[in-house]
Amino acid sequence: MSTAVAETAEIVVKKSEPLFSKKNKKLITNPLDIDNPITVQVLGVCSALAVTTQMKPAIVMAIALTVVTASSNVLISFLRNTIPSRIRIIVQLAIVSLWVIMVDQLLKAYVYDLWKQLSVYVGLIITNCIVMGRLEAFAMGNKPGPSLLDGLGNGFGYGMILLIVGFFRELLGGGAIFGFKVFDSLGLHYQGNGLMLLPAGACFIVGIVIWVQRSLNGYRETH
Amino acid sequence: MEHLVSIGVRSIFVDNMIFAYFLGMCSYLAVSKKVSTAFGLGLAVIFVLGVTIPINWLIQNYILVEGSLAWISPDFATVDLTFLQFIIFIAVIAAMVQLTEMAVEKFSPTLYSSLGIFLPLIAVNCAILGGSLFMVGRPYSLVEATVFGFGSGIGWLLAIVALAGVREKMKYSNVPAPLRGLGITFILVGLMSLGFLSFLGFSI
Repeated sequence: MSTAVAETAEIVVKKSEPLFSKKNKKLITNPLDIDNPITVQVLGVCSALAVTTQMKPAIVMAIALTVVTASSNVLISFLRNTIPSRIRIIVQLAIVSLWVIMVDQLLKAYVYDLWKQLSVYVGLIITNCIVMGRLEAFAMGNKPGPSLLDGLGNGFGYGMILLIVGFFRELLGGGAIFGFKVFDSLGLHYQGNGLMLLPAGACFIVGIVIWVQRSLNGYRETH
Repeated sequence: MEHLVSIGVRSIFVDNMIFAYFLGMCSYLAVSKKVSTAFGLGLAVIFVLGVTIPINWLIQNYILVEGSLAWISPDFATVDLTFLQFIIFIAVIAAMVQLTEMAVEKFSPTLYSSLGIFLPLIAVNCAILGGSLFMVGRPYSLVEATVFGFGSGIGWLLAIVALAGVREKMKYSNVPAPLRGLGITFILVGLMSLGFLSFLGFSI
């Protein structure tokens, strides 16, 4: 995971570059595949496994994390030259928790049921390694523009895995997608697979997603 | 007393931080390559969980909850500061980790050098903040919260040492190349989590 992080940290963007240059576009597309926060960098795994029993909480969680990552990346990037390096972790935690408190209060106000379902995992975005990892590896050394794209890209990469895992868990576990009973509407009977709703089911699906992804893109780990 | 044992056993086996809630997965997957380092990190997690949960319990019940400030003056009885929960909890955790690091460095330099980078990393381990947030959601007393903290830490240590043991042996097996490393580790965690399911419904 550290090698992938170090590589992106070395991208230095020149001032004259437009915001959507080829190099900057990579900041969005890389995290979707070869630099995915969950399957390659091994960051933010906890919530990816915990909130994916259904598609709906998975989408809400993905949006919440993308908002927090992108906005803290921008804020830290603006402050990067004024933060003393000895206390930077505490400064980063304080800024991240500000954004998380805002997201938490918003969810509580507008989608109370989902907020209840997500329980502690919204608060745990503070210690989500994706946020901290991107702040350390990217925002501390890059301008706000690219930092915003990097935050969005990693949020999307995370959301993509969440949706894939959520899709299979809800479909195989309950025979539904977004609460819509797929098999029943086709006139078929489907006996839900309880294993998929257990924590273990999530681990198996993430393992298989990693297997498929690495077979396709050729990324290998020695041991 | 029996009640406390029951909370301890539950938090170690039934509500295991890793296998039931997936908390602290990042360092769990990253540091479980060798049994000795896994054990060191596990001990540090036990200590930090056991210390921060009681402190956060005191803060929650004497400062944050609505009506809890009445001990200062009755005027404050309607103040509700629970929205500050996250930022205060994480500040306490970061401060405790920093203190622990300084204390360990001063009194036991050998342990300090063997734990190395893991000590500061505990501040961003989700299991620590997660423990405090679970404690808030359950009606624990101070003593129960402390037992819960230590129990969760012990459960985490068991989980990481067990996985590290399996992964040390995995080196000698022939895993399909794309599955090597992270992929097979996830499947292992899934299987171990199924094993821990057998503790479900277990009570004293």
